[in-house]
Amino acid sequence: MTLQTAANAALGRTHAPEPYVDDVIRAFVLATIFWGVVAFLVGVYIALELAFPALNLGLEWTSFGRLRPVHTSGAIFAFGGSALIGTSFHVVQRTCRARLFGGENLAWFVFWGYQAFIVIAATGYVLGVTQSREYAEPEWYADIWLTIVWVAYFAVFFGTIMKRTEPHIYVANWFYLAFIITIAMLHIVNNLAVPVSWFGAKSYSAASGVQDAMIQWWYGHNAVGFFLTAGFLGMMYYYIPKAAQRPIYSYRLSIVHFWALIFLYIWAGPHHLHYTALPDWAQILGMTFSIMLWMPSWGGMINGLMTLSGAWDKLRTDPGLRFSVTAVGFYGMSTFEGPVMSIRPVNALSHYTDWTIGHVHSGALGWVAFIVFGALYYLVPVLWNRPDVYSRRLISWHFWISTMGIVLYITSMWVSGIMQGLMWRAYDSLGFLQYSFVETVAAMHPFYVTRALGGIMFLTGALIMAYNFWRTIRGDVAVPAGKPALAARPAA
Amino acid sequence: MKFRHEVIEKNVLLLAVLTLLTVAIGGLVQIIPLFTIETTIERVQGVRPYSPLELMGRNIYIREGCYLCHSQQIRPFKDEVERYGHYSLAAESMYDHPFQWGSKRTGPDLARVGGKYSNEWHVAHLVDPRAVVPESIMPTYAFLKDRPLVYGDIAAHLKANRDVGVPYTDEMIAQAKADLEAQVNPDADTAGLLKRYPKAVVAAFDGGDPAHVTEMDALVAYLQMLGTLVKFTDVRLEDLRQ
Repeated sequence: MTLQTAANAALGRTHAPEPYVDDVIRAFVLATIFWGVVAFLVGVYIALELAFPALNLGLEWTSFGRLRPVHTSGAIFAFGGSALIGTSFHVVQRTCRARLFGGENLAWFVFWGYQAFIVIAATGYVLGVTQSREYAEPEWYADIWLTIVWVAYFAVFFGTIMKRTEPHIYVANWFYLAFIITIAMLHIVNNLAVPVSWFGAKSYSAASGVQDAMIQWWYGHNAVGFFLTAGFLGMMYYYIPKAAQRPIYSYRLSIVHFWALIFLYIWAGPHHLHYTALPDWAQILGMTFSIMLWMPSWGGMINGLMTLSGAWDKLRTDPGLRFSVTAVGFYGMSTFEGPVMSIRPVNALSHYTDWTIGHVHSGALGWVAFIVFGALYYLVPVLWNRPDVYSRRLISWHFWISTMGIVLYITSMWVSGIMQGLMWRAYDSLGFLQYSFVETVAAMHPFYVTRALGGIMFLTGALIMAYNFWRTIRGDVAVPAGKPALAARPAA
Repeated sequence: MKFRHEVIEKNVLLLAVLTLLTVAIGGLVQIIPLFTIETTIERVQGVRPYSPLELMGRNIYIREGCYLCHSQQIRPFKDEVERYGHYSLAAESMYDHPFQWGSKRTGPDLARVGGKYSNEWHVAHLVDPRAVVPESIMPTYAFLKDRPLVYGDIAAHLKANRDVGVPYTDEMIAQAKADLEAQVNPDADTAGLLKRYPKAVVAAFDGGDPAHVTEMDALVAYLQMLGTLVKFTDVRLEDLRQ
């Protein structure tokens, strides 16, 4: 370390002598954009299948049951995962002032290994290879492969922090680290299974029935808690302060909400199993912790939003930052809605209905996708060394069309979910169930059409973004006089 | 000595270990007791491992993602019990690797669909749902009727289930192929099958030649046994206490 410092001093450098590993981050950024468009497109298609069942085409490969995991895995793991790994490599190098541990090769292994996992998983779904565990559908061989890739990813991230030249580990890295460690734990336990043959795809899960349900939703809810929340909070903690050029609002709040969030989240799984054969004690624990979880969630929201104090005017001039801030707003909204839905009497109405689907999408579209878009609008000009994004007008178009799309999506799902829940339990004046099941299905049609329209708008926004980035990367960027160039920001 | 968070922020190994401990607690407390508390599974009679044909049908149910729109878990509410039948017990899915409780009811719950409709209805409905239920939005599964069921490795499926705790006997494994074929053939000697798998429904499910077992046969056989094993008239309240 001292030798390196001396060498740096001799060369007139102030920090690490070698450049950061950025090629692989560029690849992750492109993968994020690509998989985002794919996941949104498949989502739109299966939404239309629910509105117009003829679109299932009578083919096994295009039925809703086969395509739905392509959409969910595509959105969570392909789009979200590529964004998380890519940004974590970017953030950890800058905040540690250290080159990635393992250098180019290990980082490229993580990239190609992870992309291979996505392709293996998605092609399997279409062909009917699935464990039927929601958000953990890939079969045993894909799970083993992901474990290997994940260990490599952990090594890169952990090793980079080990060789940091900054004394402190920046808060964004705590969240990324918690995400990597917890996902490893969840992935391994939830996917324990015995294959029928070493040469076949099929396996049977280690646990059964009620225990299996508990393990799966311990995993499932924390795929939300650690993949879709902790990791993206890491993203928030770096890119919002960078874009706003303001320090984090409260250091103490970040400590408290980090430990509270990771401790409480892991207990919330049983709220997916209210009133099932899961014993009541477990359901009550799940509900109690889900309600408590509201506090650390809003701690994170407050820390993100208040970082804007004194810089709110940037929302007018930096449309990328607008995405990040709106994302935190949606995060606050869905982390309030979640605890409400975890209360047993509320859940009695909402469970099994579209309300859950709407809730997930206010988080997935409003929080996850928007925080990614905000980070991408910051990252692309920086990584490709362009003075700005090709068109700020197009960013505004992307922002408004996507936001309107989300509003259509979640409001239509609120109405259809609550309506269906009420129809299921409605009695007529003679004491008979008022509606047959299929009458409640027919009543969903207009809302399924509206939801699909919302999805089409969100997809359109993403296509606008892809076009904007294509022009940016090609170099079609003119810097208008008087506008601050993004790349002029300090690099670290 | 006053605690300072700075210590953790400067030591990544400590940060990682403390994180792992923090995230491990909730799962340990919620999952392990479900294996150790004996009353978690209700003390009811009748639940048995799936017959070979039902097991293969269940695998088709999983393969097609049926669980994404159909739950198999009736909650203890008046409307659900009236609509679907007795609320679901943990015992009823004790041999389900993996469980199929589902999380969404785009279509109705199937936990007790067994015996509610005829085999012919199920086949017609799977081939073209809207021919039977005009408002249905279910995909069509006509291809199941034409596709032969692949069951050459049926014994290996039973063995894998035994490895994860399902009490398949040596006899069940040895007879797996014969039992599977007997269940689709109303003319076969089914005494052994019914002794090993009480209440198994024997029929030419797809209405075709019993010598050709199709995926449709297997799926309908599975649907027709769902929720039929426990005889609720014999169940005492204290047996259900968890």
